[in-house]
Parts: sequence; C-alpha cells; structure tokens
Amino acid sequence: MATSVLEHAPAIHQEKSGLWSWITTVDHKRIGILYGTTAFIFFLIGGIEALIMRLQLMRPDNHLVSAEAFNSLFTMHGTTMIFLGVMPLSAMFFNYFIPLHIGARDVAFPRLNAFSYWVFLLGGLFINFSFLLNAAPNAGWFGYANLTERTYSPGLNTDFWVLGLQILGIASMAAAINFFVTIVNLRAPGMKMLRMPMFVWMSFITQILLLLAFPVITVALVFLMMDRHFGSHFFLPEGGGDPVLWQHLFWIFGHPEVYILILPAFGIVSEVLPVFSRKPLFGYTAMVFSGAFIAFLGFGVWSHHMFATGMGPIADSFFAISTMLIAVPTGVKIFNWLGTIWGGSLQFKTPLYFALGMVAMFIIGGLSGVMHSSPPADLQQTDSYFVVAHFHYVLFGGSIFGLTAGAYYWFPKMFGRMLNETIGKAHFWLMLIGFNLTFFPMHFLGLNGMPRRVYTYAAGSNFEFWNRIETWGALLLAFSLLLFVYNVVSTMRKPKTAPADPWKGATLEWLIPSPPQEFNFADVPPVNSSTPAWDLRRAGGGQLPEPKRVSGAGIHLPSPSIWPVVTACGVLGVIGSILFTHMKGWFVITLCGAAVLLFGIYRWAFEPPFPEEH
Amino acid sequence: MIKRPGSLRRLLVGLTALSLLLLVASCAHNYPQTTLLPRGDFGRMVDKLFRTTVFWAAIVFVLVEGALLVAIFKFRGRPDDPEPRQVHGNTGLEVVWTMIPAFILVMIAVPTIKTIFKTSSYAEGDVVNVEVIGHQWWWEFRYPDLGVVTANEMHVPVNRTVNLRMTSADVIHSFWVPQFAGKRDLFPKKHNPLWFKAEVTGTFTGQCAEFCGEQHGRMGFVLQVQPQEEFDAWAASQRVGSPLVNAGRVDSTQMPARDAAADSLEKAGQAAFNAGGCIACHAMTGTALAGVLAAKGPNLTHVGSRSTIVGGMLQNTPENLARWLSNPDSVKSGVLMILPRKLTSQEITTLVAYLRSHR
Amino acid sequence: MSHASHAMDAPHGVREGSMHDMHPTTTGIPSRKVALWTLIGSECLFFASLISTYLVYKGKSLVGPLPHTESQCMLHGQMQACEPIIEIPLVTFGTAVLLFSSFFIVLALYGAQKGRRGMLIGWLGATVVAGLFFVGMQVYEFTHFFHKGMGYSTNLFSSSFFTLTGFHGSHVTAGVIWLSTLLVLAIRGKIPPGKSLNLEIAALYWHFVDVVWIVIFPVVYLMR
Repeated sequence: MATSVLEHAPAIHQEKSGLWSWITTVDHKRIGILYGTTAFIFFLIGGIEALIMRLQLMRPDNHLVSAEAFNSLFTMHGTTMIFLGVMPLSAMFFNYFIPLHIGARDVAFPRLNAFSYWVFLLGGLFINFSFLLNAAPNAGWFGYANLTERTYSPGLNTDFWVLGLQILGIASMAAAINFFVTIVNLRAPGMKMLRMPMFVWMSFITQILLLLAFPVITVALVFLMMDRHFGSHFFLPEGGGDPVLWQHLFWIFGHPEVYILILPAFGIVSEVLPVFSRKPLFGYTAMVFSGAFIAFLGFGVWSHHMFATGMGPIADSFFAISTMLIAVPTGVKIFNWLGTIWGGSLQFKTPLYFALGMVAMFIIGGLSGVMHSSPPADLQQTDSYFVVAHFHYVLFGGSIFGLTAGAYYWFPKMFGRMLNETIGKAHFWLMLIGFNLTFFPMHFLGLNGMPRRVYTYAAGSNFEFWNRIETWGALLLAFSLLLFVYNVVSTMRKPKTAPADPWKGATLEWLIPSPPQEFNFADVPPVNSSTPAWDLRRAGGGQLPEPKRVSGAGIHLPSPSIWPVVTACGVLGVIGSILFTHMKGWFVITLCGAAVLLFGIYRWAFEPPFPEEH
Repeated sequence: MIKRPGSLRRLLVGLTALSLLLLVASCAHNYPQTTLLPRGDFGRMVDKLFRTTVFWAAIVFVLVEGALLVAIFKFRGRPDDPEPRQVHGNTGLEVVWTMIPAFILVMIAVPTIKTIFKTSSYAEGDVVNVEVIGHQWWWEFRYPDLGVVTANEMHVPVNRTVNLRMTSADVIHSFWVPQFAGKRDLFPKKHNPLWFKAEVTGTFTGQCAEFCGEQHGRMGFVLQVQPQEEFDAWAASQRVGSPLVNAGRVDSTQMPARDAAADSLEKAGQAAFNAGGCIACHAMTGTALAGVLAAKGPNLTHVGSRSTIVGGMLQNTPENLARWLSNPDSVKSGVLMILPRKLTSQEITTLVAYLRSHR
Repeated sequence: MSHASHAMDAPHGVREGSMHDMHPTTTGIPSRKVALWTLIGSECLFFASLISTYLVYKGKSLVGPLPHTESQCMLHGQMQACEPIIEIPLVTFGTAVLLFSSFFIVLALYGAQKGRRGMLIGWLGATVVAGLFFVGMQVYEFTHFFHKGMGYSTNLFSSSFFTLTGFHGSHVTAGVIWLSTLLVLAIRGKIPPGKSLNLEIAALYWHFVDVVWIVIFPVVYLMR
C-alpha cells in the first residue's frame, strides 16, 4: 500500500448502533447474533422446564407439579429445544458463517433473512404466551392424533402448538430458500462445491432437508387445524379418518428433522477437528457423500418411529432395513473424524474438547439407535426411557456439544474477544459428567420398564434410585451452563483484542478482522482448495499478516429495512387469528393480518434494496 | 497402531458385553417391570434379539471409543510442534469401514426379520383369547370364549398362549407388560394383535406406553398368571353377572349366601349406587347397566376380587375405596369419573361394603 | 472514491433489486430465479402430501356425496342411489383456459424481452383474465357443491377435495394478484427489456401452478 493512501485514508467504516439499527438490520452477522441470543434464552427456558420435570421425578408419587403441568412441561421442553433451541442456534452459525465461508458479502436475500428471524421470534413468543393463559401445549411435541383433536384436547393448548409450529415453519422455509440460493449462487471465484468448508456442505444439505420436509408437516398441521376448527375428519375415526395418517405425515417430516438437528453440528465438528489436529479433514469427499446419502435415506426411514403401531411385517421389515442402512454413512463420518485426529498434533483448547465430546457421545447415541432399528427389540424400547436416553445422547451429546464447540471456536471471530480457557474446560468437564449422569441411567430405567411421559411412578417400581441420580446430574448440567453464561458475560466486558486468526484456521473467515467489518471482505483472496487460509499461511512461510480494517468506501451494502418486521407481524396476525374461531367475527382478525401482510410485502417489493445511487 | 491379536480382543469384548449384561440383569431382579428377565416366549425372543444387538454394539463401542481415547492420548501436541503429515484420506480405508458396519448390520438384520414375522400376527391353536380395550385411563379386558368382562386386572393361565386382540375406545394407547412381551398400540376402530405365553406364575404389573392424556402416567394394570385350575375357577366366578352371559342377569342360586346384617348393608349400598349416579357409567349386576358392554367406566360386578383399583394405582382396601369415592379428582386429577354430587360419608360406607362384597 | 477496495463487489455482492440481477452469479442464473425454483421444489412436496392424502382416503368416505358414479352411498342417513357430484365438462373447460394462460404468459414474456409493449400488455392482460376465469370457475363449482349438500366437513372426499383444490386455487389467486401488479407496472412502462426478469419469475411460478393442476385434474376428476 502506498503511503499517500495512508495519509489521506478515509475514516474506517463504522457500523450504526442503537436499537433501531438492530430492528431494521439486514446484515447477516447481526441477524446471526439476534438468532443466537434469542435461541439461547429459549434454550435456557427449555432447560428450566426439564429441571422442574426432573425435580418432580426425583421421588415416587411426587406432587411437586400436577399431572397437567407435567404434561405441558414435557411438551414444551421438546418443542422449545427442537424448534426454539437447536434449530435457531444452528441458524446463528448459518447466518454468521455461510457468507464468510464462501467469500460473499451477505446472503442472497438480506431482507428475507431478517424476515426469517422476526417470524421466528414472534412464533416463539406466540407459543410461550400460552403459559400466561394456563393453556400451554400438553399433548407431546409430536402431538399424536386423535388425542390432539378437539374431543380430547378441547382447550387452546393444542391450537397454540399447531399455529405456533406453522409460524415457525415459515421462518425455517424462508431461511432455507435463502441459504440454499446463497450457497449455490454467491460463492467466490475458485470456490467450487467440492472446495466448500464442510460446515457449508452440511448446512447446504440441511437446507434441502428443510425445504422438502417442512411442507409435509405443514400439510399435517393444516389437516389437524381443519379437524379442530372446521369439522373435517382427517384424523378422526368416527368420520372415516385414520390417526395413523397423522403419524405418517408427522414422521415423514420428523425423521428428516432429526438430521436437520444434527448435520450442522456434524459440520462444526468437521471444522474444529482439522484445525485443532493441524491436519486436513480425513476423507472430504466421503464426508460430502455420506452426508448427502444420510439426507436422502433420511426420507425413507420414518416409520421406525411407528414400530409399535402394528403396520405389519412387510412394512416393519422395510423400515428396519432402511434404518440399519442409514447407520452405515453415519459410521463413515465417525471413522473419518477419527482419521482426522489420528496422526495429528492435537491442540487441547476448549473447542476441541467439545468436538471430541460430541464424537464420543454421538457414538453412544448412534449405537442405541441401532438397537432401536430392530422392530421386535424396539417393542420393548420404544416409548420407554430407553428411547429418551437415545435421543438425548444424539441431540444433547451430539447437537448441543457440537454447537458449543462452534460457540467456543467462533466466539473470538464474532465478538472480538477470547473466552476464558479455564472456565471453558471446567464447563466441558462438568457438562460431560452432568450429561452422562442425567442420561445414561435412562437406558437402565427404560429396559427395566419405566415408560416415558409419565408424571410420576409407583414406589414399588423401584425407579427412584436412578431417577434421583439423574436429577442430580441435571442440576450439575445446569450449573455447567451457568459457567458458560458467566464466561460469556465476563468476556464481553473486556476490550476487543482477539486476533483475526487465533486458532490458525483453514477457512476464509480467519482472514478478516475479529469481528469482521460490515462488508466482510475488502478483497476475497484466491480459493484453490478447501483450506484457503492454510494455503495463504503456508505461502507466507507459516505466518499470516493481521488484516487491517479499511474504510470500505465504494462498497454497496443493502439498506436496512423495516418491512421484514411488518411482514412478519402480518404472518402472526393471519395464522394467530385461528385461535379465535370460537368467537363471532374472528375472520376480521385474519383480514387485518392479511392487510398488514400484503402491505408489508408490497412496500418490501417496491423498496430499493440499496441506497439510491448518485 | 496399538492393537492386540484379534481373537483375544474379541474374547475380551464378548466378556465385557456379557458381564455388563449380567450386571444389569442381576440388578434387574429389583425391578418388577423389567424387560431383562423375560418370563414368557415373546419376551425371550425379543430379549435374544436385544442381546445380539448389545453384543455387536459393545464390540463397536469398545473399538471406536477405544480408538478415540488412544488418539487423544497418543497424538497430544504442543503449539510449537512441527506440522503433522497432511493426510487427506484413504480410499481403501473408506471401503473397509463401510463394509464392516454393513456386515455387522446384516448380522442384526437377519434374526430381526425372522422375529418380525413370528411376532406380527394373531396366535392360533389352543389359545386363550382376550380382547383388550383401552380407555382414558383404565383397561378393559374381555374373554369372549369364557364370557368374562373385567377391568384393570388380567388373569391368564400359565404355559398357555394368550392371544390379545386390542383396540381403543378413545385415543391411542399402548399395552405393555414388559416381563412377557413387547408393547403394541391400541387404535380406535382398529384391532392390533399381541400374544405371549407366560412361563411362571405370579403377580405382575404393566402400564400404558403411549401418551394418552392427563393421567397416562397412572394407567396401569395387573397381570395375574395362575395355574390352569385356579384360572378356570377365576373365570367361572367372573362369568356370574357378566354382560356376555345372560345379559348380566344372575339368579340368586349363583350368588354366595350372606348373613342378614351384611345383606342390609349391601342393600343400602345398592341404593347409594343408584342414587349417587354410579349407574350412569358402571355396569353392575343387578342394576340398570347390568348387561351393557360399552359403558363409560369399568364393569364393577366383580370389583371386590381385584387387587388394585384406579388403574393399578391403589391397593383395593376399604380406606382407598372410600378415599376414591369421596373425591376422585383429588386422587387422579382430570379423571373422567365426575360424580354428579358429593357422596355422604354414610353413602360411602355402604358403597364400600357393597363393592367389596362383589368378588 | 477508491474502487480497488470493492473489486470483489461486482461478482458476488448482494443483489436483490431488479436492476442488479444481471450481474454474474456462480451459476450464471439470477438469484431470484434460483429462489423460485427452490420454492417450486418445496411446493412439490406440499402438493404431493395433499394429493397423497386425497388418494389414501379415496373410497373411504363413510357418507356421500361421492365424486363419481356409485350405485349406492350413504346419504341423509340411509343407503341410496348416488349421483356423482363432479361435473367434468365445466372443469375441463377451466383446465383448458388455465393451460392456455401458460401460453399467453409466454407470449407476454416474449413481448417484454423484445420491448414490444403492446404485446406485453395484451398477453399479460389475457393471462390475468384467464386466471380470473379459472378461479371463478372454481368458486362456482364450490358453491354448486355446497348447494347440493356437500360442505367442507361433509365427508373425507369433501374435506380432502376442498383442501387440495382450495390450496391450489389460492396459489392461482396469489398468482393473479402478482400478475395484476406486474400488469399495472407494464402499463406504466416499468417493464423494459432490462427488467423482464421480474415477469420471467412470475411466469415460472404461473407455469408451476399450471403443472400442479395438470396432476390434480386427472387424479381428482378423471381417475375412478
């Protein structure tokens, strides 16, 4: 750089601050932070719901909470953790890092991105608002018909659940279209598909799953809503309908949904392990194809959730085999991770701890999954605490540990400060021990006859011992999360001194300042492999210069906009109006919502996305 | 690589798996509802399959978690260590670690498919047929060939196959008596099969295993396995006053003799049964719903003979009966047994005697 | 203003507005078009679920009316002779109109791309009219069914029929609103050849809605 440029250097680009700038932001990084903060709060709420359940189950015949309250707790715990916890936590990373990983300035549709966040927030608030009316959903996170029909669930509880999920579905669909197009269309020159970071690949496959799975649950929820409000009999046997149809439609969505929950964590682990082993991901192509195969096959296993429904031996056999088959590409991934760390030079920082913890815990969850894949054996395991153990090992041990690894790994990039290593390691060990204490004994309880979703159990069943241990484990787990919160809060008080590349990362985000400037890259470096930052570091003799912050003059950034928020409110109005069908003139609310929706869409469509050029 | 000779490793793994299973199984003695000490043929079949999966899972667990631990310790590095060899992959290895899990899964798939076909349909031959009807939150059991209708307590003869034909009166339930068989769901307007042969006598408990509403957690039942003669005697006494026999009508010669004092107490109980509104939902010999099969509540003709009440929740004692009758909702919140009016304590006393006399 | 610092701006900055869509993308296809194809893929699953449910419940209605000729069905509490409720001639005509409208919009798009304003406005107008006709036909059909005693909740056939065709019809209606907006813009001269992508994307959506009907029509109206 010429000295004359330095003397007359324009002021460094400053981002706007203040509440309004956050409400109207269309910057993927800010939207990512919004997603992450909101999701973490919902995650804590879901955790409190779990703790109350664990306290209730500590003793037989306990009366800490009523049966109804307990049923709402497990319903909301599941719904919250899945739709308001893990999915938006993954979305935080999709938002922040997909554009950085592919060398783009933002996602393909920044306003649509903001819209997704606001719809998510409104949907999460909507469904939790039910608590204030003492009408929290209480029929399980998978809401089996015909229990969820008006006959057996007359209150607003199930309506909050059905409508809340529809609202959240719109958020997910909009985001999925956005990220799909971004990955397909906005890659930097040289960033071929088979050079993308594995996180982007897994996220890409996740978006495809979202796009194909959510329409199916949308239809199922529409049918249930029609049954409850407009007199149809889609799932009502007295009208010729079949409750099993709900299960089929739900699980055709539900099984891909669990891959939606785990694949981003797989992607994060595939980023962290190479960096902290100082060698590339083992079997990049195998990882891509196994991920794609899991997604494809994931649409062919859904009835393994229905082995006890009496589908008949041919259906049972088909789904048993397809379920066993899906274990193969999953195993391939685990072995490739082992291959990555084998022969490496392991740098034991907190992200690596969590990534290794994820692999170790997911192996256990995967093995109990294989046990479930055999229908006759599953007839003992399904609907017992054994399956509760299984899915917590894959969802907490898998997704949450993976997402936590991502949090520690990417925190310096996002917030410009390094989290405390000692507290991080304490968090890891306490979380690992607490997690295993809570969930491993559930395998025993399930095999020894404790069904799931029971608000209490008889003293003579002898379930008390392990339940007690599990409750202490859960408290330890909760404490470890407090350590994490403390780590984050105390770190945010420090100045932003993190370097651009604290971990010697392989991918593009480490080449820009921490945190990045609003426009991400001033110039995208050449991409000739899947490890562009390592290539540059190698070319520089093992060193990478600290990138400077620049003015960003002349870079076009999309304008902030309020229309995504307005449109999101319209969505809430239209869908939420169905809560009021028991009132005369309820349709007026729908029309008002539709008016706001259309107004928002029109203003959005006719608003120039960039400031008018002069 | 750190590896012991293959056969020794297999032996170690097998022993680990076996000892783990034995450890867990021995603890299983403490659990009345355990699946790990099967006492019937269906249970033994699925348990065998389960142990096969555990065997292979244990091998995989030890090998893979072992490799992970070995890697963690062997490849600890320091920041200033030289860069390790930059390996990108190994196609041969990919093939091997795709084929081996596939092989293991075949080892699980073959016995699985065989067992699926064995356990999917109704049993035939010399079976005891029982119809199971799930209600929110109690179990109805009917023996069509024996003319028995009862609730919450199923009696079966030992060493004979019991053939269940199961449906629901309302929402989806699931019948689970873990010691003898896996579970199967009960759907409204459809029937699902389940069979098992109990090989030991005794008293066992089971529970509903599909969330069915507020009191799903308290929808239990008792399974009484008896020698054939005892079972026949039980069935014979349950037939008296059953809706399947003579529309529930009983002539006085069939009822055991009673003394006058007890008789008047029970007559008062019967009056209370009518006045208190019980007759609206409970079939009971000698009352309005005597021959009715599809009553809302359990048939009480032989309620005195049952060891538990309230869906297996309480022992069948006078105190518990009284507690239940005075305020069902406080015992089992949300219960569909809603009394038209509160019963007086006098009514309750007579009712308890009345019900307990119906063995 | 320094231009070096935004050297990478041109290839893959964010472009949402119409005038920026002509910049290069990785695939060479404008992002909004890729987005619509993605939406179409997703909507295929949506309609597939609705159609599958219709097929699963075909013949399972406990009471009539029924779509095709049956000798008997349960009507008003007793088994009686059952007239088929659907009227194929009207719907076939509506189908033809919808199919033609896809052709009209192709012509309109051609007009837009070639800068032939008259052609654009005329054929786009014809598309809107055809779409309105189709929706009108459906409204008439639904009202007719209602008068013959088949409401939304009458039986499984009615519920699955109205849900499936209702969602399709609402997609057509949304398309008509979209195309009408573009028609107004075209009349005001706001769709020159450089902005024809806007119409192209709407046309793509319109063709999709048509294709869905091509599946629904035989499945519901023709198949027995």
